[in-house]
Amino acid sequence: MYSKKLMDHFTNPRNVGEIADADGVGMEGNPTCGDTMKIFIKVKDDIITDAKFQTFGCGAAIAVSSMITEMAKGKTLTEALSITKESVADALDGMPPQKMHCSNLGSDALRKAIEDYHAKGTQK
Amino acid sequence: MRYFDHVATNPLNPEVFNAMLPYFKEEFGNPLSVYGLGQSAKQAIEDARVKVAALVNCKAQEITFTSSGAESNNMAIRGIAMARRKEGNHIIVSRVEHHSVLNSARALEKEDFVVTYLVPDKFGMVSPADIKKAINKDTILISITHASSEIGTIEPIAEIVKTAKEHNVAVHADGVATTGNIPIDVMQLGVDAYSLSAHQFYGPKGAGALYLKRGQRILPLIYGGIQENGRRAGTENVPAIVGMGKAAEMAKAELPTRMAHVKKLRDKLIDGLTKIEKVHLTGHPDNRLPGHASFVVEYIEGEGMLLMLEANDIYSASGSACTSKALKASPILLSMGYSSSVTHGSIVFSLGIDNTEEDIDQVLEHMPKIIKRLREMSPFAKEGWGAIDDLEESKEGNHV
Repeated sequence: MYSKKLMDHFTNPRNVGEIADADGVGMEGNPTCGDTMKIFIKVKDDIITDAKFQTFGCGAAIAVSSMITEMAKGKTLTEALSITKESVADALDGMPPQKMHCSNLGSDALRKAIEDYHAKGTQK
Repeated sequence: MRYFDHVATNPLNPEVFNAMLPYFKEEFGNPLSVYGLGQSAKQAIEDARVKVAALVNCKAQEITFTSSGAESNNMAIRGIAMARRKEGNHIIVSRVEHHSVLNSARALEKEDFVVTYLVPDKFGMVSPADIKKAINKDTILISITHASSEIGTIEPIAEIVKTAKEHNVAVHADGVATTGNIPIDVMQLGVDAYSLSAHQFYGPKGAGALYLKRGQRILPLIYGGIQENGRRAGTENVPAIVGMGKAAEMAKAELPTRMAHVKKLRDKLIDGLTKIEKVHLTGHPDNRLPGHASFVVEYIEGEGMLLMLEANDIYSASGSACTSKALKASPILLSMGYSSSVTHGSIVFSLGIDNTEEDIDQVLEHMPKIIKRLREMSPFAKEGWGAIDDLEESKEGNHV
């Protein structure tokens, strides 16, 4: 059902946890299937220096979270916004089609984290 | 391999396999043929019929062989509904039925039948009082599972039949999960039809049967020759039927030992797993299948648990949305009042005669670690389900 790479990111997920003093936090969920993803980012000079996640969901959802936090780290905010569901799935060597819709929430959660960072910035 | 998915299927018993073998080879005759080769195949089917009848305590002529439990359910519901169509068009089923019952009922709705879907209590138990309330002058058929494979609760079929008989309503019970796992006496239950499936009691796949009380009218699903007394056409799957007969004979002889074995292991498993925080048993605590243990684990999702168990060579099942092809929360757990968030943590261990004490020890060793690991990743584990309410509120504006 799942690729080797996806299973690796599920079995040994990278960047699990919270960032207590995160600069941006984004949460995204699919109300039907229940998958929920929370992404925390640290930003310095427009670059994502750290990213962590908490996820409630299936193997694919956890692997997506692990992969997108890896992809986001080191990218500028603009570059990070260009990460798509497709690029995350490709990086995982593909995903079952039915999981694309409900479990591939990483890019949406990351976008919300970046928006949160910008919102906080304007408040300052 | 530690296999805990006996509600999905059972391994074929080696003795059953040996009994089937000649019917794949030298005994290949068509049971309708008049010469000896055909007649010995016919005899093998009739011997199997006697054995299957003995397992559920009915007469051999009351057993019709089918291809599966699903076919038996389809045949009972559609066949009886169509045969009684002139008497009424109302059917009662419950929300804890198998898809083969629910979808048969839904199909009839498109043909001017009206279906009532009864909601069970929090243990998944259907109330005979609710049945009584649901019956009206057009009610012709009630179909309730004897036990759901997802929650293990044994339904009060005899009481339901008692109510139904007062109103001349036929009762079918889906006995796929029960037959071979608890004693079945269709006479005592009083049902008019009862479905069973061989691979749920160590027989082969592709073999099912429908008990039909003598005199119960039914229309066939499959038209053709005179096989199965004209109730189910098609050249018989002789090896599978022979296997079903052998499996039934063994199940009847070994039932008390099998039940005691799995029940002891099940109780140990339930005791151990419910000690973990926020792990709840689903289904009825006492009135359940002896080898069935089902749970919801809060704050995590079923598929993750299954994958991590598999990594430790343990095989079980889940009713979670992620593991279903439809990616929807379990309708059975929802009907029992669980919130959709909680249903995602569904996990089902169904035990069989090959399971050992050591198997249970392995599950009890790995499950706490797996749950801990997945909860460490979950946004809900620390703050509870509150976070999901916030998310749903923020979504209300663009809710689908």
